[in-house]
Amino acid sequence: MVSIWFFIGISLLVNGFLILAAGLYELGHPPQHPVVLFQLHANIWWGGILFLVGALYCYRFAPPKQRSQLW
Amino acid sequence: MTIALALVSVQRLVHLSPVDLAIIIFYFALVLAIGFYLRGRANTGEDFFMAGREMTAWVAGLSFLSANLGALELMGWAGSAYQYGILATHWYWIGAIPAMLFLALVMMPFYYISKTHSVPGYLKLRFGEPARAVSAVSFAFMTVLMSGVNMFAMAKVMQIVLGWDINFSIWVSAGTVAIYVALGGLRSAIFNEVLQFFLIWAGALLIPILGLYETGGWSNLKAQIAQRASEQYVHLWSGLGSFTNNPMGINWVGIVFGLGAIISMGYWTTDFLVVQRILAAKDIRSAEMAPIIGAGFKMMVPLIVILPGLLGLAVLPMKLVGQNAAGAPGVYSYNDVLPLMLARYCGPGLLGLGITALIAGFMSGMAGNVSAFTTVWTYDIYRPLINTKGSDHHYVNMGRWTTVIGVLISIGTAYLVMQFASIMDYVQALFSFFIAPLFGTVVLGMLWKRATGPGGFLGLLCGTMSSIGMWTWVKADPTALRYVALSPNAKALAQDMYQALWSFIVCVIVTVVVSLATQPKADAELTGLVYGLTPVPSVGNIPVYQKPLFWAGVVAVVFFVLNIIFW
Repeated sequence: MVSIWFFIGISLLVNGFLILAAGLYELGHPPQHPVVLFQLHANIWWGGILFLVGALYCYRFAPPKQRSQLW
Repeated sequence: MTIALALVSVQRLVHLSPVDLAIIIFYFALVLAIGFYLRGRANTGEDFFMAGREMTAWVAGLSFLSANLGALELMGWAGSAYQYGILATHWYWIGAIPAMLFLALVMMPFYYISKTHSVPGYLKLRFGEPARAVSAVSFAFMTVLMSGVNMFAMAKVMQIVLGWDINFSIWVSAGTVAIYVALGGLRSAIFNEVLQFFLIWAGALLIPILGLYETGGWSNLKAQIAQRASEQYVHLWSGLGSFTNNPMGINWVGIVFGLGAIISMGYWTTDFLVVQRILAAKDIRSAEMAPIIGAGFKMMVPLIVILPGLLGLAVLPMKLVGQNAAGAPGVYSYNDVLPLMLARYCGPGLLGLGITALIAGFMSGMAGNVSAFTTVWTYDIYRPLINTKGSDHHYVNMGRWTTVIGVLISIGTAYLVMQFASIMDYVQALFSFFIAPLFGTVVLGMLWKRATGPGGFLGLLCGTMSSIGMWTWVKADPTALRYVALSPNAKALAQDMYQALWSFIVCVIVTVVVSLATQPKADAELTGLVYGLTPVPSVGNIPVYQKPLFWAGVVAVVFFVLNIIFW
C-alpha cells in the first residue's frame, strides 16, 4: 500500500511549487496592492521550503521503497 | 453548476488569484484520488469501520488531533483570542492536555483490550444494553446534526470570505466527503485528517512568523495589546482570582474543575469522534502513544490559532465586533480575524494554501462526524437492535449506505439551519449535554467495580437530564446564571463550565447510590473492563525513551512550564 506520507509529500511538493512560482512571478511583476511585508517575499522562501520538504517525503516514501510497517 | 457561476461576486473578504484556485482544486482532486485508491482496502468490517486496526502511533495521534482541529475551531478560537486575549489558550492547554494524558495512560488500555468498536460498545460490555442504547442513539443523532451545522457554517464562511454561493459550497464539500468516506471508510477519513494537519500548519504558520516580525517580537506585542485593550489580555492565570478581573468573566474554579477536570475529560476520553481514531491503532503501545503525540502537538496549536488573534488585536487597523453587529461594508466580526490576517500577509499562492487549509479543516471535520456516525449506527444500533444476523459483507454495505444517508441528513440539517439560524445554538447546546455525564459513567465503569448496570444507566440519564434542566432554567430566566455559575458576574462561558461540573456530580451521585442498592456483577464478568480486575497489558520490554509513560512525563513538564511562563 502507498504510504500516507507519500500523499503528504505530493501535496507539499505541488503546493510548494505553485507558491514558489507565484512568488517568482511577483518578483518580475510586482502587484499594485502588495500585502504587508511584501518585501520579505514570503511566498518564495515558504514555497521553497514546502517544495523541498515535499520532495524529501516523496523520495523517502515513494511506493517502491516503502516498507510495510511505515504507516 | 460551473465554478464561474458558483463564485458569485458579492462582498468578500479576500480575492483569489488563478494560482490560489489551482491549489484549492488540487486539494479536491487529491482527496478524491485517495478515496478511490483506498476503495479496494475497505472490504471487511474491521477495514471499513476500524481502518484494519493497523495505524501507527503517529498516524493515529495526528488523526486524533486533527479530528478536533476543524476550521470552525480554528476561526472560532482565533476570534476568541481577539475577544478575550490569551485566556482562550486554556481550551488548548488545561482544557486538553491532562485529559489526553489521562486517556493515554488510564483509559486507553481498557478501550483497547476490550476490543470494542465504539464508546457505546464499551458501555454495552460494562453496563448492558440500556446504557449503550441511550449513548448510541444520542451520539448518532447529535453527530449527524453537528455535521449539518458545521456544513452550513462552512458554506457561510466561504460566502463571507470568498463570496462563494452557499449551495455550491454545501453540495461540493458534502459530495466529496460522501465519496471518499463511502469508498475508503475510516482509513480514508484518517488519511485525509493527516493531510489536513499538514495543510493547516503549512497554511497558517506564516501568520505568527510574519506577525511577530511586524510587531517586533513577543514583548512588543504584549505592550501593544496592553495599550489597545488591557494588560489582562496577555495573562493566563493572574486575572482568574475573580469573575470581574478578566475579559472572559470566569474564575479559576470554573477553568480548573469545569473545563480541565470535566468538560475536557468528557470530550477527549469519551467522544467517539476522537476516540475512534485511537481504537484504530495497531497495538497497545501505539494506542497509548497516539494521544500523547496528539497532546504534544495540541500544545503548539495556540501558535497558529491564539497568536493570530492576539496579533489581530495589535495590528489590524479596524476594530472587530460581535457576529450580530458585523455585516456592513468594512465591519468584520471577531471570527473573521484569521482570514483577515491571512489576507494581510499572504499573497497569491499562500492565500490559496491558507484557504485550502480552512476548507480541509471543514471537510475532515465533516468526514470525522460521518465516519463516527456510520460506525455507531451500524454496530451499536442496526446490528444489536434491527438485524442481528447479517454477514460482515452486509454490515460493510450498510456502512457505505449509511455514509451517504448521513451526508444527506447533514445537508438537510444545513438547509434547516439556513432557515432557522437559532437551531445552531440549540444543536450545539444539546451536544454539550451528553459530554460530562458520559464521562462520569465511563470513568466510574472503568475504575469502580461495584458500579452496576442500573447505576450506570440511571446515572447517565439523570446527569443528562440535569444538564438539560439547568440550560432550560437559564434560558427561561437569565438571572438564574448566578445560581448555576455561583456568581451574578458570571458570563456564558462560565455557565458551560459549571453546568458540566454539576451534571457530572449528579451522574456520579446517582450511579453510586443506585449501584450500592443493586446487585453487583461477579468479578469474572468484569475482567478486561475494570481497573483492578484486569491485567493491564505491558508495552513490552523496550527502552525507557520509547515508553508512553516517559513521553507523557515530558509533555506534562512542558505543559507546566508553559503555564508558568504565560502566567
